[in-house]
Amino acid sequence: MGNGEGQLHPSAVVASPAASVEQAVNFLSFLGARLGKAVVVVLGVVVINFFLIRMAPGDPATVMAGEAGAGDAAFVSQLREQFGLDKPVMTQLGIYLKGVAQLDLGYSYRNHLPVLDLILDRLPATFLLMSGAFLFSIVLGVLLGVIAARTRYENRRRWIDSAVMSGALLLYATPLFWLSLMAIILFSVVLGWLPAFGMETIGAGYTGLARVKDVALHMILPTVSLGCFFMAVYVRLTRASMLEVMGMDYVKTARAKGVPAGRVIRVHVLRNALLPVITFAGIQLGQMAGGAVLTETVFSWPGIGRLMFDALLQRDYQLLLGIFFVTSALVVFFNLVTDVIYRFIDPRIAAGGKGATA
Amino acid sequence: MKAFLQRYCRNYGAVIGLLVLLGVLALAVLAPIFYEESPWLMVAEPLVQPFTDPALPFGTDMLGRDITAGMLYGARVSLLVGVISTAVALAVGIAVGAVAGYCGGRVDDALMRITEFFQTIPQLAMAVVIVAIFNPSIYSIVAAISVVSWPPVARLVRGEFLSLKQREFVQAAVVIGQKPVRIIATQILPNAMSPIIVSASFMVATAILTESALAFLGLGDRNMMSWGFMIGAARTMIREAWWMSVWPGVAILLTVLSINLIGEGLNDAMNPQLRRRGE
Repeated sequence: MGNGEGQLHPSAVVASPAASVEQAVNFLSFLGARLGKAVVVVLGVVVINFFLIRMAPGDPATVMAGEAGAGDAAFVSQLREQFGLDKPVMTQLGIYLKGVAQLDLGYSYRNHLPVLDLILDRLPATFLLMSGAFLFSIVLGVLLGVIAARTRYENRRRWIDSAVMSGALLLYATPLFWLSLMAIILFSVVLGWLPAFGMETIGAGYTGLARVKDVALHMILPTVSLGCFFMAVYVRLTRASMLEVMGMDYVKTARAKGVPAGRVIRVHVLRNALLPVITFAGIQLGQMAGGAVLTETVFSWPGIGRLMFDALLQRDYQLLLGIFFVTSALVVFFNLVTDVIYRFIDPRIAAGGKGATA
Repeated sequence: MKAFLQRYCRNYGAVIGLLVLLGVLALAVLAPIFYEESPWLMVAEPLVQPFTDPALPFGTDMLGRDITAGMLYGARVSLLVGVISTAVALAVGIAVGAVAGYCGGRVDDALMRITEFFQTIPQLAMAVVIVAIFNPSIYSIVAAISVVSWPPVARLVRGEFLSLKQREFVQAAVVIGQKPVRIIATQILPNAMSPIIVSASFMVATAILTESALAFLGLGDRNMMSWGFMIGAARTMIREAWWMSVWPGVAILLTVLSINLIGEGLNDAMNPQLRRRGE
């Protein structure tokens, strides 16, 4: 977008002080409403977690302790005490909600650590992986989508569009975890170019720049494998949106008055065509959080996805539900951020919102 | 109907997709005839390379199980779970969307809040949690996939209902005193069917991918051999036996790809106007 992004909506440039105060109030009420929504969703997840444990076959206390860990009677009775399991369900829910509000997500009997500590310890690795995959997918996806849309109606280069779209269709149908395994076979086992497992070389004791390089090398395969599916989605989305905008009258006008083709695409088409892409970027995070479980499992990446897989293997349900809660909360938070960004990028939304409330 | 078939066949990809899917379906149905014994049985030496023994074209895994047999039986699970969980998700989504779109007002608001909630939370993580807590079985898998895939249907159906209920033929049905349930089922729903069918086909593909991901994580039905389970078992053998993970993955890829192609063909055939505008 480059030069396009700095331009503001004309009305915003010439706004009077009174109008800007009104805008700020509007924005605050919008933010408040969205925050309220986010809190409701997070509360909903907590309630779901609560009922899932109680709907599971067997006694909630033994389920929480993990089936194999049920041998420890003291721990089970402690859980029963702590969650008030002999009290009415609503009282139990109250106790549970209070615990979560104090950021007490339970205790992992398997790891002898509080669930929250385990998760916080693994969170940075997942952030690193997801932000890498996010950047990779959106940058390459939008780029390929634009290229495909531009070559769509050019007879001599139309094969580029077909090739990009076929590739996207193929990636769309590829299981993420399988793609990861195939990447390991090709780039680690056969070619030996890239490390396959972990986040850094264990025992190498790299520091400073050498360590950054080591982690970066370990990041390549997981990031690309996780990002590929989402890249395919961005390609299709960008292309469809570009084609739609390219057919609009104002684009034809720009062409007719002699604006260079590159500028028409950058300034007139892309700016508007990117809006659905941003919407999807918010949704994508939820799906990517799920994908991270698979990618981290394959690549032994020390993030919360791998932690979830380990919790599954050990039947450590408190940890499992804790991870589900934290992932959901993060997704909700990033959705909120996307909504705010969207409002800044598309002034029509703010204007539309004002019209609706007036 | 003939015009529909003609439009469908104009999309070559969709025709190829249909042929591939029919092939997969035939193999799934005929699996017990080709391989009478369970795919879990050890039938040969472990780690037989593919294409070396004509009786074991795809080789064997680390326990000497026939990968070819596993592939055929895996097709059954994938297609079964894909179709059933889509059917359940459609039933829930259509019911919610129809009520929300037809009633409007507060009912609509409440139902859409719930729909949004299920759309916001991370779907695969939710499915994993459900299957893990209720113990992996074909029922919990279908339930989990349905829980995470109904919201888009509900939104789609609601949108269709909102616009269709304004039309004269629905107003006429209201005036002659038809009951709401009857109006929903006989007047509006049939007219909203084509987008529902198109999205259902894509849902089957997504459901197959989700099932394979669950099975890969060790959350498959313990009595049923599935493609995802085979890849999960191959994960630790990646250096020794590449073929263990390659074949089941190709099977998933081909099946999902063919269903997506069919979906696009259906879309072309059912919305011819849309297609012409896009060209």
